[in-house]
Amino acid sequence: MASCYLNPIPTSSRLFSPDLSTKFKIPKLLHRKKRFGVLPRSSKVTAFYGLKTPPYEHDALEPYMSKQTIDVHWGEHHRNFIEGLNKQLGKDDILYGYTLDELVKVTYNNGNPSPEFNNAAEVWNHDFFWESMQPGGGDIPILGLLQQIEKDFGSFTNFKEKFTEAALTLFGSGWVWLVLKREEKQLAIVKTSNSICPIVWGDIPIINLDLWEHAYYLDYKNDRAKYVNVFLNHLVSWNAATERLTWGEAFVNLGEPKIPVA
Amino acid sequence: MAVRTLLSKKTLTTVLRNDPKPIGAAITQSRGLHVFTLPDLAYDYGALEPVISGEIMQIHHQKHHQTYITNYNKALEQLHDSVAKADSLTTVKLQNAIKFNGGGHINHSIFWKNLAPVREGGGEPPKEALGWAIDTNFGSLEALIQKVNAEGAALQGSGWVWLALDKELKRLVVETTANQDPLVTKGTSLVPLLGIDVWEHAYYLQYKNVRPDYLKNIWKVINWKYASEVYENAF
Repeated sequence: MASCYLNPIPTSSRLFSPDLSTKFKIPKLLHRKKRFGVLPRSSKVTAFYGLKTPPYEHDALEPYMSKQTIDVHWGEHHRNFIEGLNKQLGKDDILYGYTLDELVKVTYNNGNPSPEFNNAAEVWNHDFFWESMQPGGGDIPILGLLQQIEKDFGSFTNFKEKFTEAALTLFGSGWVWLVLKREEKQLAIVKTSNSICPIVWGDIPIINLDLWEHAYYLDYKNDRAKYVNVFLNHLVSWNAATERLTWGEAFVNLGEPKIPVA
Repeated sequence: MAVRTLLSKKTLTTVLRNDPKPIGAAITQSRGLHVFTLPDLAYDYGALEPVISGEIMQIHHQKHHQTYITNYNKALEQLHDSVAKADSLTTVKLQNAIKFNGGGHINHSIFWKNLAPVREGGGEPPKEALGWAIDTNFGSLEALIQKVNAEGAALQGSGWVWLALDKELKRLVVETTANQDPLVTKGTSLVPLLGIDVWEHAYYLQYKNVRPDYLKNIWKVINWKYASEVYENAF
């Protein structure tokens, strides 16, 4: 990935997500930033998370999400979260060595979040958000994902209605998610406030939508309804959603697939 | 008498301006249920430039504040019905919508009065009673401004930062509230003197993500005269 120019294996990569029955410890990588080809004198090791770039150019989502929005949203907001997080983690090594998923859950601290939670969770949420969109997105999902949506929401149209309703009844800043619930073995729509991420409750996110005003204000001003509409019809990446649902099925048994009989 | 109320020009204009179903609002008014309307600003949209752009002021006033009022009226009507029908579930369910939209109306109504163009005294430091109280409670006006700006910048998500008078403890405090919670949710004896909207819609078009710049500049158009009035009349 283009983002981590020093660490070859980005620790924020989802490849390192735990939740496997045998939790393997990631070897502590000693990455010291070489400045001008010389190692710094201090031997302090610090945690380091990289700013992941969206999987498309900043103008690729025009006219639905402007280049200016992505420039500011990713280049300023998202970047500030990463830099803020790295600065907080640089103070001591208590939170060293976690994957981003683990860090979010640990700093959430079961509802009593530590100061690092806001930054960690917003980094997670925004990484997920850029990948939940694609140029030429929207349209409707196919195959297994569509079947699961129809099973859990009745119809794809009903899902879109419920998603929109959730987005419009979220007061203040927050996110709307389509998640896979482990216990109920079902897809569900979840609203979270500010920076809360449903992985802290064990849900498996499928797609999310940023409803902080900064995500849509430059393009749509106060018209949140239009933004949600545009997201669902032109931006959402059902490819990414399918990939995530497939990953989720490794942990949640959604039953046998409907194999057509010859 | 009722006919006159229904057909008075002000009613008609406000009803037609704000409600897509004018008949509904007229009937509501005749039922005695007050319909809230958008208060006018005491200055032009562009009067606070360059601190707050005219574009922001217009959208903030005509779209955001208006939406809160529209939804507040709707929620109140539904509340009225649910109370009449003794439908407790709906009554309680509506509380969030009322707190949010009603709070939005209350907060923004105060906010417009907290601002004034420079030529009308915006930015002029507080004098006399309020000025002394600020010095007593915070040391100096600069210290107060620093505190308000720090709390405003640190507020996560959407909300407001307030300079308030605690009537019980007889002192000034700086408070923050989340989303559109009115100040009283932080204490029933708190009287708002100044409120600064730190929702992104209040500054984004002009300052983008740099909320601290917005907070630094807004003091140039703060209407201390209004705050002093509220303070002096509070006791």
